[in-house]
Amino acid sequence: MSVRSTKLVPIAIGLTTVFVVILLLEFLISVDIIDRFLMPPPSDVFGAFGRLFAQENVVNRFFVTAGETLAAGFLLAIFGVAGGALLFRFTILRSAYETWIAALAAAPVVLSYPLFLVIAGRGSATVILVAFLAALPAVILKTLEGFSQTPGVYVLVGKSLNASRWQIFSKVMFPAALPSIFVGLRLGLLFAMLNIVGVEFLINTGGLGQLVNELSERYDLAATYAAILCVILVSVLFFTASEWLERRLRRVT
Amino acid sequence: MSSRGQIFGIRLFSVLMVLVLWEIIARSGLLYRDVVPSLIEISMALKNLLSSADTYIHIGWTAWEVALALGIGGIAGIAAGIVLGANDLLRRAYEPYLYYFGATPKLIFFPVMIMWFGIGPSSKIALAAVSCFFPVALSTLSGMRGINPVFLRVGKTFRANLWQTVGKIYLPAMHRPILTGLRLGLGLAVVVTLLAETKLSNQGLGYLVIQAFTIFDMPRMYALLLTIFAFAIGANVLLARLEGGRGGTRVGFSSGY
Repeated sequence: MSVRSTKLVPIAIGLTTVFVVILLLEFLISVDIIDRFLMPPPSDVFGAFGRLFAQENVVNRFFVTAGETLAAGFLLAIFGVAGGALLFRFTILRSAYETWIAALAAAPVVLSYPLFLVIAGRGSATVILVAFLAALPAVILKTLEGFSQTPGVYVLVGKSLNASRWQIFSKVMFPAALPSIFVGLRLGLLFAMLNIVGVEFLINTGGLGQLVNELSERYDLAATYAAILCVILVSVLFFTASEWLERRLRRVT
Repeated sequence: MSSRGQIFGIRLFSVLMVLVLWEIIARSGLLYRDVVPSLIEISMALKNLLSSADTYIHIGWTAWEVALALGIGGIAGIAAGIVLGANDLLRRAYEPYLYYFGATPKLIFFPVMIMWFGIGPSSKIALAAVSCFFPVALSTLSGMRGINPVFLRVGKTFRANLWQTVGKIYLPAMHRPILTGLRLGLGLAVVVTLLAETKLSNQGLGYLVIQAFTIFDMPRMYALLLTIFAFAIGANVLLARLEGGRGGTRVGFSSGY
C-alpha cells in the first residue's frame, strides 16, 4: 500500500462509520424502533440547523462564547504564567504551594458558580471568572514545569556570558520554557471553553451553552440536538486549531 | 535553601492571613455581609451540615451515582481502549473521534440524558459515565501501545485464548495507565454529576448547593463547597497513591469535564 492510501483508509473507515450510524438511526426512528420523541430523526436535526441560523442567532452566540473564552484565556495568560514564574523564582513558595495548587486542580472549582452568581450577577462576568479560576491551576503548574525543565547548561552559558539576572530570565529561561507554557495555555483555553459552555448552560446566559438550555426547555428536540452538534463542532474546531497552532509555535521556538 | 520549618511557616502564615483578611472583610461591611459571611457563621454552618443525618443521605446519593458512572464508563472505556489498541487499523480510524468527543463539554448532553433516562439519578449516572469513558479509553489505548510485544508473543506460544490474553497480559501490563485514566475519569464524573445535580434533581450534594443558593444561605453554601472540595481532593490523593509515585503532586485536572 502506498503511504497515501494507508493514511486515507482509516479516515474513510471513520467517516463511513459516522455515515452508517446516521442512516441506521434514521431507519430505526422511521420504523418506530426508537421513539422519535426521544430522538428526532437525523434529517430533522439537520433541517433544524437552518432555524438555528435564522432565528437563534447562532453566529452571534458563537462570538459571545468565543469572546468569553478569549477573555478567560487572557486572564489565564497573565495570572497563570506570572504565577508559574513566581513559584519557580522563589523555591520556598514553590515548596509551600505546589501541592496546594495541584490539589485545587483536582477540586470541582466550577461548582462554586452559585457563589459568583451572588458576587458578579448572572452574566458574562460570572462565566468568565468561574472558567478562569477553574483553569488557572493547570496553567500555573504547566508553566512551572516548563521553567523547571530548562537545562542547567543553558543558564550556565548565560552566566558565563555575564548575563544579568533579567537577561538570563528573558533570553534563556523564558524561551526555553515557552513550549511547555504553550501546552499549559492550550490546556487552559480548552478547560476555559468547556467550563464557559457548561456554566452558560447551567445559568442560562450568553452563548452556545444557553442555546442548548433554551431549546431543550422549549422542548424543540430537533433544534436541541442541532445545537448540541454545533457545540461539538465548535469544540472540535477549537481543539484542532489549538493543536495546529501549538505545533507551529513549537517549530518556531 | 528552604527548610521544612520555613515551608510550614509560610503555609501557616498564608492560611492565617487569608482567615484574618476574610474576617476583616466580613466585619467591615465593604462587601455585602452575605457574600463574605463571618468565619464563625461558616463554621457553625459546617458543624450543622456535618452533624445532620440528612447530609449523609445526600452524600450517599452522589457517591452512588459517581461510583456507578465510574463502573460503567470505566469498563466501557477499558474495553474500547483494548479493542482499538489491539488493531492498528481500527485505532487509526477511531482514535481521532475519541479525542474530538473527549474535548467537548459533556454537560450539554444533559437535556438529552434527561429525555432518555428521566430526571432521577439515572440521567446523572449516564452523563457522568459518558464523561468518564473518554479519559479511560484514551489512557488505556496509550497503555496498549506501551505493552512489550514479547509478552504477547509469549502468550501466543502458550496458546492463550482471548480472555486469558486480556486477563493475564493486557490488564496487568497496563494497570498504571488504566488507573491514571480512572483517576481522571473519576474527577470528571464527580464534577459532571454535581453540576447536573445543581441543574435538575432533588437529591445529592449538588442539589444541596443550589438549594442553599436559592434560599440565599451563604454560610451553608461555603460549608458545602468546603466539604465537597475536601472529598474531591482526598479521593484524588488516594487514587494517586494507589497509582504509585509521588502522591499529592499528581494532577487530576477536574476542570476539563
